[in-house]
Amino acid sequence: MNTALSWIKAYVPDLDVTPQEYTDAMTLSGTKVEGYVCLDKNLEKIVTGQITKIERHPNADKLVVCQVDIGTETIQIVTGAPNVEVGQKIPVVLDGGRVAGGHDGGPMPEEGIAIKKGKLRGVESNGMMCSIEELGSSRDMYPDAPESGIYILPEDTPLGVDAVEVLGLRDAVFEYEITSNRVDCYSVIGIAREAAATFDKPFYPPVVTETGNDEDINDYLKVRVEDPELCPRYCARMVKNIKLAPSPQWMQRRLAASGIRPINNLVDITNYVMEEYGQPMHAFDYDLLAGHEIVVKCAKDGDVFQTLDGQDRQLDHTVLMINDGEKEVGIAGIMGGENSKITDDVKNMVFEAACFDGTNIRLSAKKIGLRTDASGKFEKGLDPNNAEEAINRACQLIEELGAGEVVGGMIDIYSKKTTEKRIPFDPAQVNKLLGTDIDEETMLSYFKKLDLGYDPETREVIAPTFRQDLERPCDIAEEVARFYGYDNIPTTLPSGEATMGGLPYKLRIENVAKEIAQFSGFSQSMTYSFESPKVFDKLLLPADSGLRQAVEISNPLGEDFSIMRTTPLNGMLTSLSTNYNRRNKNVRLYEMANIYLPKALPLTELPDERQQFVLGAYGDMDFFVMKGVVEEFFEKVGMKEKLHYDPQAGKSFLHPGRQANVVYHGTVIGYLGEIHPEVADNYKIGEKAYVAVLDMPSLIPFTTFDRKYEGIARFPAVTRDISMVVPKNIMVGQIEDMIQQRGGKILESYSLFDIYEGAQILAGFKSVAYSITFRAKDHTLEEKEVSDVMRKILHGLSGMGIKLRE
Amino acid sequence: MKEQLERIKAEALQKIQASGTLDTLNEIRVAYLGKKGELTTVLKSMKDVAPEERPKVGQMVNDVRALIESSLEETKTILAKKAREEQLKAEVIDVTLPAKKSNVGHSHPNTIALEELERIFVGMGYEVVEGPEIEYDEYNFTKLNIPPNHPAKDEQDTFYINKDIVLRTQTSPVQARTMEKGKLPIRMISPGRVFRSDEVDATHSPSFHQVEGLVVDKNITFADLKGTLAEFARQLFGEDTKVKFRPHHFPFTEPSAEMDVSCFKCGGKGCRFCKGSGWIEILGCGMVHPHVYEMCGIDPEVYTGFAFGVGLERIALLKYEIDDMRLLYENDVRFLKQF
Repeated sequence: MNTALSWIKAYVPDLDVTPQEYTDAMTLSGTKVEGYVCLDKNLEKIVTGQITKIERHPNADKLVVCQVDIGTETIQIVTGAPNVEVGQKIPVVLDGGRVAGGHDGGPMPEEGIAIKKGKLRGVESNGMMCSIEELGSSRDMYPDAPESGIYILPEDTPLGVDAVEVLGLRDAVFEYEITSNRVDCYSVIGIAREAAATFDKPFYPPVVTETGNDEDINDYLKVRVEDPELCPRYCARMVKNIKLAPSPQWMQRRLAASGIRPINNLVDITNYVMEEYGQPMHAFDYDLLAGHEIVVKCAKDGDVFQTLDGQDRQLDHTVLMINDGEKEVGIAGIMGGENSKITDDVKNMVFEAACFDGTNIRLSAKKIGLRTDASGKFEKGLDPNNAEEAINRACQLIEELGAGEVVGGMIDIYSKKTTEKRIPFDPAQVNKLLGTDIDEETMLSYFKKLDLGYDPETREVIAPTFRQDLERPCDIAEEVARFYGYDNIPTTLPSGEATMGGLPYKLRIENVAKEIAQFSGFSQSMTYSFESPKVFDKLLLPADSGLRQAVEISNPLGEDFSIMRTTPLNGMLTSLSTNYNRRNKNVRLYEMANIYLPKALPLTELPDERQQFVLGAYGDMDFFVMKGVVEEFFEKVGMKEKLHYDPQAGKSFLHPGRQANVVYHGTVIGYLGEIHPEVADNYKIGEKAYVAVLDMPSLIPFTTFDRKYEGIARFPAVTRDISMVVPKNIMVGQIEDMIQQRGGKILESYSLFDIYEGAQILAGFKSVAYSITFRAKDHTLEEKEVSDVMRKILHGLSGMGIKLRE
Repeated sequence: MKEQLERIKAEALQKIQASGTLDTLNEIRVAYLGKKGELTTVLKSMKDVAPEERPKVGQMVNDVRALIESSLEETKTILAKKAREEQLKAEVIDVTLPAKKSNVGHSHPNTIALEELERIFVGMGYEVVEGPEIEYDEYNFTKLNIPPNHPAKDEQDTFYINKDIVLRTQTSPVQARTMEKGKLPIRMISPGRVFRSDEVDATHSPSFHQVEGLVVDKNITFADLKGTLAEFARQLFGEDTKVKFRPHHFPFTEPSAEMDVSCFKCGGKGCRFCKGSGWIEILGCGMVHPHVYEMCGIDPEVYTGFAFGVGLERIALLKYEIDDMRLLYENDVRFLKQF
């Protein structure tokens, strides 16, 4: 909401503050000022003058030489303006002065334009006569300004006085951010009331006088409200013998400063009252209302209605309409109809000031796709008691401006009266909530400033109906806090029972994952949770893949953001791709990514949100380095048992021969592998890329931070090396399983030290060599103990078709 | 024999003196003191010495031996030192040659900011609690005093899954979930991802992170809210940071406020960074609305408390002077490496 300070001052005349002081104080009392524009910015040494003589310029056809009386002296000014005439009063900027912009109305320079005397084509010029654009304004604010040329002041303007003041430009326009609970502050009166309270100055709202001739509107018009729930109040008044004309300058300027273009007296009055009171009004051409009747009721499904902007609107039975005796003439609270709009031929009209149900207007505006200034106000839920005051104010302005003849009386259908609320007031309670020690008198003085009543008998604050936000004692406490000043409330720390803060177990495990990833050279990435359903194809997921069962957003930002991810792969591959495309080398990224697995579709309960620890890399990386990172993590979180790697992971997006499920204690806790070259192509990654995905909820139950010291071995170890010829299809994991199984208690460790396939080895076989270490905790091993175990191991291996190498 | 010993002594000492290396020194030792060395030979010829002379000559031999040995030892120490010095000289490296780094990875700026926040609040006794990102409308709105058809639902540009389930627009539903559990007092923060349907640009993202805070206990005041958040700001932005509370409106708190901190670039004098105002808006906060307590089964007559919500990206962008929010989700390693 934008409003000129001069308009506020009209109701708080004692207000005497700079724009910055106003901004700071209003913001601190709760009416946030977003910013302001000083209308007199860069306007210096500009006075009123009168042209006394005009002569041709000796050297230029398009220039003239004027003598201008500026009260104290007459100065010579050369101008190219086409509209100058002797006798005109004009704004003149003197030598050494400054104007805001150029005469073409283009963007205004930050420092304005300095004006110095000089010669124009050889003729001395001691100043400049100003156009409205040079004065930093526009024809929207000053519709009487010529399209091109000097702005002409009224004939009765005194000479030699401050022209900026005369033009009403010693003003500033403030932009407010009004919170949605303060409907009353979407009006000049509301803000003025806050300003008066903030600066502790008296508040003089407009005095609305009685209007109308001795006729009775009921003789002209009938109003019926069929749906009082959606229209709690409907006020109508009537104006005859309309005389359309421009509205006076003061009204035009206030509207223009608020960002509203002045049109004519009728339109301007409705807009003016909407700004002033926050009450949208509508005007119907009385002679176009069939049966001279207004009926407020909902549309029928399938109705099509042409609004006054010429657009056809599709309606249904939830949209509240204004009808005449035969047809729909307006969408209630949103926009009037083409068929009843005020034209230049209007003779008689009906003013409407109503109160509609905010929610209904909001939903209708959404449904129709038409949000207007009026609907924006109605949807916040207006005070029905404001409607009467507003419509009477409009009629007062009609009379004051001579825009027509107001008919006596008002039709007022007000079925469900909104009344003021009573809220218990306990100063001790307020102080207890705020942590303050403010006395009761002070609190009551704040209420008084805000036009809140107080009943000392019942100790209740009486909230007027325009303050719909006040409902409970905590709301009253906020009013006290605002005017006591948030800054004056002390700062303390909570007392009471100490609490033990800390991270939940899951986050501790997560932190270890991050540490290991970073120590291993992976940087943390973050990607969106929503993505395109196209990623399923990019990842080569089969048509029946469960991962294609994704939660869909009903109102996404577009297809690319329309489903909640069921795998973190797309995010990781997209990030790797971005890096590859930007020629970053050896990229390693990790993400703690949530995936969302629906329990059933369509969703009836919340999906299973699973956090996955995703590692992805290309460049200096291979399967086993990735595997190493994964195992380092497991060791760090106390997962000490042997991991199994199942090559039958069945991941479509991974290389079929280079992928494995990670199995711990019989549970699949993740997978890793090389990205399938076709998927790499789909993501335009031109190198081998590797990923590992660990499902945190699956692995967390196996983790522990408990550690127990096992002692450092005191007895010597015995190491045996074996070299084997192994059928190619047997994986070393199977050999290790056998060693582990048969090694018994004395097996300490084993390690692969050679693996070879090639010339010296029979086709279909590979050579594998292991070093196996035995040790007993309590004695030196004897030869026999070791050879017994070795025999068992070798026997087991030979059962798998493995032979010892000669 | 005496002359012979004198000669050996003089000769040996002279040779030791002249030896330049440990190797020659060893040769000298062998030549004089070795099994076949000259002095050993002299000793062996003792049998030819008259018996009464033997002790005297023996003494002489031992003296010469001791003298040669100590001279050898002395020279050896000197030479060894010299040799070490030469070795060290030979091993001089160019210390300005490039480092061999293990290339550790980097945390995301959001995470760094979050860890800061967690450190501060955990230190004040707050627990970290998490909640679902896909959330019931009821928790995201209704239980936060935003009833069906409340205009705030439009303001927040909610992504809907269906009429009952939404992508949470704020971390505040975790407030309701925590209060419903009924374990009091509460001091918690809840970080997490939230969603609003804003198109992606330099200052907007449809997905970002918030940290919610909630304290519920007996006798919690607005002054406590101010004190806690002022302390938070000092710890996050520096000891000299000032805070300013402005009245605001949130449906689930009353009174409500927004908190500004003095600009940490210019110290409050006003600069481009704070748009000349000297202040930067950081968070929204307020005293928990009694109706929220009622819906969560807590007696507002007994308990009071405060809540606040901080935008994590906002903190990260401000602290690290990142000028485009999109950088946070591109994951270019050249960006990430700077944190």
